[in-house]
Amino acid sequence: MTEQAAEEPFHDTDRQEQADRLGMLVFLASEIMLFGGIFAATMALRIQHPQDYMKAASHLRLALGTANTAILLTSSLAAALAVEGARSGRSRWAARALAAACLLGTAFLAVKGYEYAGEYREGLMPGTAAAHFSGPLQRLFMDLYFLATGLHAFHVLTGIVLMLTAALNRTALHDRRAVLIGNVALYWHLVDIVWIFLFPTLYLAGVP
Amino acid sequence: MSPGFQLWPAAASQHAREVDLLIGSFGAMVWLLSLPVFLLMGFFAWRYRRGRAANRRHRPNRNIWLETSWSAIPFTLTMVFYVWATGLFLDLQHPPANAMTIDVVAKQWMWKFQHPEGAREINDLHVPVGTPVKLVMTSQDVIHSLYLPAMRIKQDVLPGRYTSEWFTADRTGVFPLRCAEFCGADHAVMGGRLVVMSPARFAEWLAANDGGALSPAERGAKLYRESGCAACHDRAANGLAPSLEGLFGTRVQLADGSVRTADEQYLRDSLILPNSAVTAGYRPIMPSYANTFGPDEIAALVAWMKTSGGSRPQ
Amino acid sequence: MTRASNRPPVVPPEAALPSYLRAGYTLRSWLLTTDHKRIAILYLVSISFFFLIGAIAAALIRLELLTPAGDLLTNDGYNRAFSIHGIIMVWFFLIPSIPNTFGNFLIPLMIGARDLAFPRLNLLSWYIYVVAGLITLYVVLSGGVDTGWTFYTPLSSVYANGAVVAAILAVFISGFSSILTGLNFIVTVHKLRAPGMTWGRLPLFVWSHYATSIIFVLATPVLAITLLLVAAERLFGIGVFDPALGGDPLLFQHLFWFYSHPAVYIMILPALGVISELITSAAHKRIFGYWFVAYASIAIAVIGFFVWGHHMFVSGQSYYASAIFSFLSIAVAVPSAIKVYNWTATLYKGDIELNAPLLYAMGFIGLFVAGGLTGLMLAMLAIDVHVHDTYFVVAHFHYIMVGGTVTAFFGAMHYWWPKITGRLYPEAWARASALVILVGFNVTFFPLFLLGYEGMPRRYHVYPESFQVLQVISSCGALLLAAGYLLPVAYLGWSLFRGAKAPANPWGATGLEWTTSSPPPKHNFIEQPVVERGPYDYPISDPLSRSND
Repeated sequence: MTEQAAEEPFHDTDRQEQADRLGMLVFLASEIMLFGGIFAATMALRIQHPQDYMKAASHLRLALGTANTAILLTSSLAAALAVEGARSGRSRWAARALAAACLLGTAFLAVKGYEYAGEYREGLMPGTAAAHFSGPLQRLFMDLYFLATGLHAFHVLTGIVLMLTAALNRTALHDRRAVLIGNVALYWHLVDIVWIFLFPTLYLAGVP
Repeated sequence: MSPGFQLWPAAASQHAREVDLLIGSFGAMVWLLSLPVFLLMGFFAWRYRRGRAANRRHRPNRNIWLETSWSAIPFTLTMVFYVWATGLFLDLQHPPANAMTIDVVAKQWMWKFQHPEGAREINDLHVPVGTPVKLVMTSQDVIHSLYLPAMRIKQDVLPGRYTSEWFTADRTGVFPLRCAEFCGADHAVMGGRLVVMSPARFAEWLAANDGGALSPAERGAKLYRESGCAACHDRAANGLAPSLEGLFGTRVQLADGSVRTADEQYLRDSLILPNSAVTAGYRPIMPSYANTFGPDEIAALVAWMKTSGGSRPQ
Repeated sequence: MTRASNRPPVVPPEAALPSYLRAGYTLRSWLLTTDHKRIAILYLVSISFFFLIGAIAAALIRLELLTPAGDLLTNDGYNRAFSIHGIIMVWFFLIPSIPNTFGNFLIPLMIGARDLAFPRLNLLSWYIYVVAGLITLYVVLSGGVDTGWTFYTPLSSVYANGAVVAAILAVFISGFSSILTGLNFIVTVHKLRAPGMTWGRLPLFVWSHYATSIIFVLATPVLAITLLLVAAERLFGIGVFDPALGGDPLLFQHLFWFYSHPAVYIMILPALGVISELITSAAHKRIFGYWFVAYASIAIAVIGFFVWGHHMFVSGQSYYASAIFSFLSIAVAVPSAIKVYNWTATLYKGDIELNAPLLYAMGFIGLFVAGGLTGLMLAMLAIDVHVHDTYFVVAHFHYIMVGGTVTAFFGAMHYWWPKITGRLYPEAWARASALVILVGFNVTFFPLFLLGYEGMPRRYHVYPESFQVLQVISSCGALLLAAGYLLPVAYLGWSLFRGAKAPANPWGATGLEWTTSSPPPKHNFIEQPVVERGPYDYPISDPLSRSND
């Protein structure tokens, strides 16, 4: 275990670690409000037009969405294992778990991309030439779907980059407090949680 | 809109005078609450200024009862006004049943008014004195807001839905009519006159201005016939779609189990987004007429459905 | 004067440690600094620049309104002038004004910390602000934007033809600066308080900034996503607001005001904190009802999240919702009223020095009360239906934001000027400018209440002749107000070079920031301060005070 000196303006590393953690939590609160806007919009649409909403949602590929839910949940597990690994001094373990989480995250993006491609072919992607919808509400739903999942995919990408940075950072891997890895994992869990709410909002709503 | 300096706007309805009374009384309470602060602040600053001998012993640092009382008393006083103001506001939400309905379509940058008898006008609005007038409004483009300062009312006018406001003018005269919601380049000149006339003069004006035009309901009936609506909605059409006779104002049982009142908004929604509220027992087969009918035509169809209580168009 | 510590004096002899201003003279030492005090100065310079641009737009507006006809600006030119005035003043001046300058400078000093918790993040938020500001300048130079600062759809997403997307991008980016600042403040207050600095000993300035930070962090992202949705609608036709696509334009208003009403409290809460410091220091007395005032800030921040619907009484939202929002809007006025009454009570039996900061503070209270009570009128449904979107609203929020926040900003500028620059400002000039600002402000904005009640809608560049007299009075007042704002620039600038050197504690105040030298050294304190008493423990020091038993 390597003991670092506290950075300015802290006097001791304990305090600094607590501050880092609190900073990340506050940031995540902010992120939740960001997605809150999207959820508010979907809720408004669903309350105003329940029938059309369900009909439009049924056009999404439930199987792919379910697979992605499993993938992302598993990657969250890997991220949690990475934290445990770092805490118990098994830095190699931590690096591998982070790599696994990154791989699963990439797999999530791949599935998502495949899904998008399918939706493009079906003419369900708004803003493209081939787009054709059964009515304004399907279009509205697909608008929201792409905005929500697109914004989420951007967060997945950010999370992968963050985890890669942590996995390649020797000091972070050997830090038994797991400050950096812990915070990165926290971010990854949020990405996961947002998806857990997006999945029923968008996909499960279409199940009759 | 008389030229020159004016300190208080003309009031031309009972509601307007009540709003004036409300704000006047509220203004009095505002002085009651704030004047002590101003006076005491000045007095303390003078009396306890540095270097002046004054009794500064037993300085209070808190007094829970004092603090609670100056939170609670102003709040309670304000609550009285809350009840008063909310009551007045709720009156505005419930137009009398006998109100004369005028359709309003707003677009950048003009107001189009359609009287039930057929007369149409742009920017100016002629109404009789003493009769409740209800404006049913929609916009063709951005959000506007129809503001009648002399009535102390305004209501935003939205694209894609209906809003309404009503008033009863109690004196004749010419009053301003303005757009209050910023709507683009010529927002400032999107206005006209509200002309309140005696019933006799109004009748003359109507007669001189209807120009032989069809009333909105008549135009709606014509549209109903000519657009093929009857193919499904007519009583004889094997129950493909519910009949529209006497539909307005009734409670409709929907397919999703909820119940809605068939008001203007419902009728309009059913034309634009037919599958958002399907009547129980029918399949969602009606196509959207959003691209077929403009706001004028939808207003006409709604006007017809409102008047068609039981009688099919011949 | 009183020390907050029982250790040997922490005030260093002059030049024992170089002040933060002398820690480096290169441009690089400023642009790459992580010192919260230098970043505060960077913010001060940049927000002053944007205030100037916003003020030029305001001058154009007031000139145009001198006559009923549209003779100076075209209709579109006028719309662009007030849009840019609103966007710049709200996001590039008012929101960062007090938090990012005085908050940045003072929070670590007040709680006995060496810096904010994340100094590099602090610098990053300034750069984000600068990038957003540069995009705004691009918007101004490329012809402006014609949506108003509220970006109402579908006007903004479909019909407007100005640089809407660039303006949205600028506001969107500036939001990250706010979020990071708020995050930094929250963590700093939680984790970097000096030993003995309990929550009950936090200066009220810190309390109000803590409340502000909560809003920064929780409200700003909602604005970010809303503006993103508008941009997507405008750029790609991927929209949820456009009624032509089946979308709901009221949804935009709900989301926009969910941010923008709390944003009003972002603008005013730091000002309330400033006034608490100014009043106690001038009265040399403990604040009356510390906890009421402290919790009032938190209450305002929390209730402020639930009143957004009062911007939408005539928008077509359900009238049940309107009635509830009206009630909550009255409730949110209670904590503000508490503050005003408690300030007044603080003056009672004080040892009051009638200095310029106190004059600004009393001016603030007067204008804030007027703005707040007219706000209460606007919360009354039947009144709002008449005066909504008229000059009455314009007058109301200028009383809060200009009369309130800007006056407090000037008060703070005078009060902490010795600490920030190490120089004393000329007191007589400062008192004169406080009076000019107070008079100029009222002449400018009081007539607008009357215009509003008479029925003049806002955002009109041509208007009926009957409104001209009041418009001309207002424009004349604006001239006086501009003079009042320029005066301090002149004499404060003069004092930078010629002003007397300031001692560590020129006011005899009790705050921790006054225990270190003026200006403070790079890491604020030579040794870690230890706090043993409340923030406003003023003893009765003047012998005259006791004589008159």
